[in-house]
Order: sequence, then C-alpha cells, then structure tokens
Amino acid sequence: MSNKTMQRTVLGMLVAIVILIGSNALAGNQKKSLQIEGSTTVGPIADAFAEVFLKTHPKLSLTVKKTGSGDGAAALVDSRCDIATMSRFMKGKEFKKAVEKGVMPVAHAVAMDGVCVVVHPSNPINALTTEQIRKIYKGETTNWKQLGGADKPIVVISRDTSSGTYETFHKLAMKKKKMAKSVEYVNSNPQAHARVKTTDGAIAYVGLGFLDDAVKGLTVDGVKPGRDTIASGKYPLSRPLYFFTNGYPKLGSLTHAFCTFYLTEKGQEIIEAKGFVPVTNY
Amino acid sequence: MTKNPDKKSEPQVAAVGFNRPLLLSPAQDLQGYLAAVLGKMFLLGITCVSLMVVVLIFVFISKEAWPFFATHGIGKLLGSTSWYPTAEPAEFGGVSLLAGSLYVTAGALLIAVPIGLLAALFLSDIVSFRIRQFVKPIIELLAAIPSVAYGFFAVLIMAPWMQEKLHLPTGTNALNASIILAIMAIPTIISIAEDALSAAGRNLREGSYALGATRAETLVKVVVPAAHSGIIAAIILGMMRAIGETMVVWMASGNAARIPAPWWNITQSIRTMTATIAGEMGETAKGSDHYHCLFAVGFLLLVFTFALNLASEHFLSRARRLRGGSK
Repeated sequence: MSNKTMQRTVLGMLVAIVILIGSNALAGNQKKSLQIEGSTTVGPIADAFAEVFLKTHPKLSLTVKKTGSGDGAAALVDSRCDIATMSRFMKGKEFKKAVEKGVMPVAHAVAMDGVCVVVHPSNPINALTTEQIRKIYKGETTNWKQLGGADKPIVVISRDTSSGTYETFHKLAMKKKKMAKSVEYVNSNPQAHARVKTTDGAIAYVGLGFLDDAVKGLTVDGVKPGRDTIASGKYPLSRPLYFFTNGYPKLGSLTHAFCTFYLTEKGQEIIEAKGFVPVTNY
Repeated sequence: MTKNPDKKSEPQVAAVGFNRPLLLSPAQDLQGYLAAVLGKMFLLGITCVSLMVVVLIFVFISKEAWPFFATHGIGKLLGSTSWYPTAEPAEFGGVSLLAGSLYVTAGALLIAVPIGLLAALFLSDIVSFRIRQFVKPIIELLAAIPSVAYGFFAVLIMAPWMQEKLHLPTGTNALNASIILAIMAIPTIISIAEDALSAAGRNLREGSYALGATRAETLVKVVVPAAHSGIIAAIILGMMRAIGETMVVWMASGNAARIPAPWWNITQSIRTMTATIAGEMGETAKGSDHYHCLFAVGFLLLVFTFALNLASEHFLSRARRLRGGSK
C-alpha cells in the first residue's frame, strides 16, 4: 500500500469514527450501535442475544466484549458502554465512582447462575454444608476420612482468582476467607470439570451447565443443585447475573429491548441453552 | 522469470550483469550514492527498531512495576510466601512463585539435558547419515507444536496417568510440568547440540582415531570437549524455553502458590511467576496494587532471564577463548 493510500485510509477511518460518534450523540434513542462490555460469565448470554438482534436489525453495530465484571463496571462508569454485563452486583466503590461521574447504574437481573460443588463420582460423600466446604478450602479439612469418606487426601481445586465464578464462590461459600496455599487453580470451567473427572480425591466448583454424569454435584446445606433450587435462590451457592445500564433505558430504545429480552420466550430459551437458569418461569 | 525459457533467442542471459555502462553520468552517480546511503539508513533503522523494542519493554515494565516497589518495597515481594493478591488486606509474597519457577526449570533440565545430549551424540556420531537426515527434521517438528497442545496432553493424559500409576493424590504438579517442559526443551537441545557436535569436524575425529582412540574415547574426550561451547548454548536455550513457558505450566503445575513441603517433594502442586501473570492479569483493575505487583513479578522474571542471558554470554565467550587458546 502506498503512503498516499494509507493516509487516505486513515483519514477515511477518522472521518468515519467522527461521524459515528456524532450520529450517536445526535440520534438519541434511534442510535444504531450498542456497546456491551463486562463479565466472561454473562458474555455468552449477551452474545446470543446480540445474534438475534443482528438478525432483526441488520444495520446495527453491536459489540460484546468479555473481559470481566470489573471491566464492565469501569466501562459503564466511563460511559464507554451502554450495557455492562456483570456476574456480581456493583460494589459500593464502583457505585460511588459512577455517581460522581453522573452515571446512575440500574441493575437488570437477567438470569440465575449456580456454582455447583462437584466431586468424583466414586466418592461416597453426597452432601456437605457450606461450613464443611469452607473448611476444606481453608485447608482445615484435608482428608475425606474426616468427613466420613474414604481415607484419601482431598485435592482442592479452585477457579483462578480473576474469574467471576471464583468471586461468587469466594463470597458465598468462603465468606471472603482466604483459601489455603495448597489449593490448585485452573482457568476454565471445562478444565475444572476435567480435573474432577480424572481425580479420585478432587473437589471443585463449576457452573450448572457443567454438571453432568462424569462428576457428582453435592447437595449443599440440604439443597440439591438444580434448575428449580437455583432459580428460586434456595440453593446457597446461587447468584443472579446482571445487565447494568446508566439509568433505566428509555422505553422503546434498543437498549431497553436488549435489557428486557430475557423476558421473552426466545430469550429464556437462549439462557437455558447457555446453561443458566431463567429468572422467569412460564 | 523468463517468459519463454525454451526459446533460444536470449542466449546472453548470464551476461546481463555486464551490460551496465562503465561510465556513469553525474546524475546516475548521485542516484547510486543516495541509494546506498538510504539503504544503509533503512537497515540501521530496522535494526534500531528491534533494539528499541527491547529497551521499551524494559522501560514499560519498570515503569509499571515501580509504584509497587515504591509503596511496598522489594522486601514485601521477596520476604514472604503468602500470595493473596485479592484478599483484604492483600498479601504479595512472591517467594513461592519464584521457587515454583525454579522447581519446574530445574526439573525440566534434569530430564532434558541428559536425554537431549545423548540423543545429539547419537545423531551426530553413531547413527548412519541417512537415518539422521530422516530423524532430525522430525525432532525439530516437535518444537513447532503449540504449547497449549502440550498443556492439554499434560492435563488430560499425564495427570490421570500419574494418579493411576504413581498413586499420587494430584496429577497436576511440579513433576508433570517438569516432564512436559523437558519434552518441549529436548528438540531445542538436540538440534543445537547436534549442530555443534557435527561442526567439531571430521579431521578432529580422524586425528583421534589415528592416535588409537576408540569411538567412545573419541566422543567423550575429543568431540564433546571441542563442541562444549555449543553444548552449553544448547542447554541455556533449553533452559530459557522452560523458564519463560507459560501456557503449559499454567495448565500442568496445579497453580498452588506454595513451596513444596518437604522441599524435595515435587509431586505437589506449585505455581510459577509466568502462570501467575498470565492467570491474574485478566481481571486486575488497571492501576491497582495487584496490577503493579504483577508487573513487579514480571520485572523480577525479566531481571532473572536477563542475568541468565548475561551469564551464558560470559560463559560462551570464555569457552570460545579457551578453545581458541588450546589450538
């Protein structure tokens, strides 16, 4: 590419960007772009919603970034996105920052997610309390024998500390207590699943979508993990997943349609297909 | 290139280069001079870019690591083994990470160096030329396999195998990571060491045989000492590969941030510096303590590899001087 064409391309791109930004500002609720950013957990839902929206609105420019709930909150605070997807509620600090910048975060709980504690199918243990789970992850309980199981050291597996699943587990099961140094970390749900499947003495936690016959989901505090118990919030390790917007989106706007899409039949099908539990129950 | 190569109408193809005028006009002269100068500057610029990239990486990492060192001091990173960067209050004890990197690197070298060197000797001096031509490219192909593929192998095949056959509670541990890293380092070591051994030359070997030495004596006492600078380079390059590798250790080592107890128990999970940076950089808020601390760990890693590199350079140049002196 010659220098001149290059310059022209760059100039063209700049003009396009300026026009885009300008048109966004002018067009108001008719705007043809939707920026979504945030959680890696909620990302697949937003992705699937986006696919449907792109079919019905072919001219729409829609991007879904999946970097983490914290990034989503930061992007909403800086007005870099229209919808922040988050697998946790916004923290007080983030709210404060948002309000200081004139952004009023509004939460839309679009689905429920359950963190299921899983063990190897050969493990005789079927149920634990959150207290017992916490003791295992704190390194106070180190052998299945102490819980009435076989004489086998417990191999404790956690998701990496930057994942939303870790954050939920850390808050709901660990009560924000430190995990033991001997805890192993894996960086995805499939990897946690694979490790438990192949390790006799392992314990780990995964999303409900990863609960199958190859691993055994434990009953926690007397509640079995399942669609109904997670949707109702009875299962102690369940959490809502959120879309956050700046104020309640204008009725009839694209953002509003996107944030309420989870209420439609199609939206619920998508949520279920992605391994989450719809909050609505028609 | 030629449009019709079978036509005999261009017989003086080889003489094309001689068709240039011997006397240049001043304009042509200037043109040639400018082309030479600009060409030189262009190449200099390109060389400088790669140099600048290295310098910029150093500057960037130091800049991002500095806030951590300024507020917490290097003692915090090197004085504790408690790595809880997201806890409140956060603890940034990096000793266990440093130890983890050392464990897997040392483990990988213990396995890869003997195998790699023996294989290189076999390929260069014992096996027939035809088989060597066939085997060496295959070994070099091993180096082209992406590390994530090795990682899957470690998690899905090595780890269950270790649990079943060695009766270990966990299959993702320092030993697993060391073995996979060794497999990854072996092609590098074999390839470079074999080149060095082959370069030692036929005359040297024939001289040794002429003095009545056996093949074993020739290999151990003549060929290996003659090629030792190349062999050291091979080992160091293999070591670099092992210490800088991220994906495999992130998947195979278990990532438990602790020093094995007792210290020789390499069947326990460990966590390396590279895996920590890769695993935790994703969600740290930019500018937070955790963010700067990860850069501090990266800085430590950089200093570490830089020192290794310097040591290897020093060692190599000394080896070269020794060899030059003995001639």
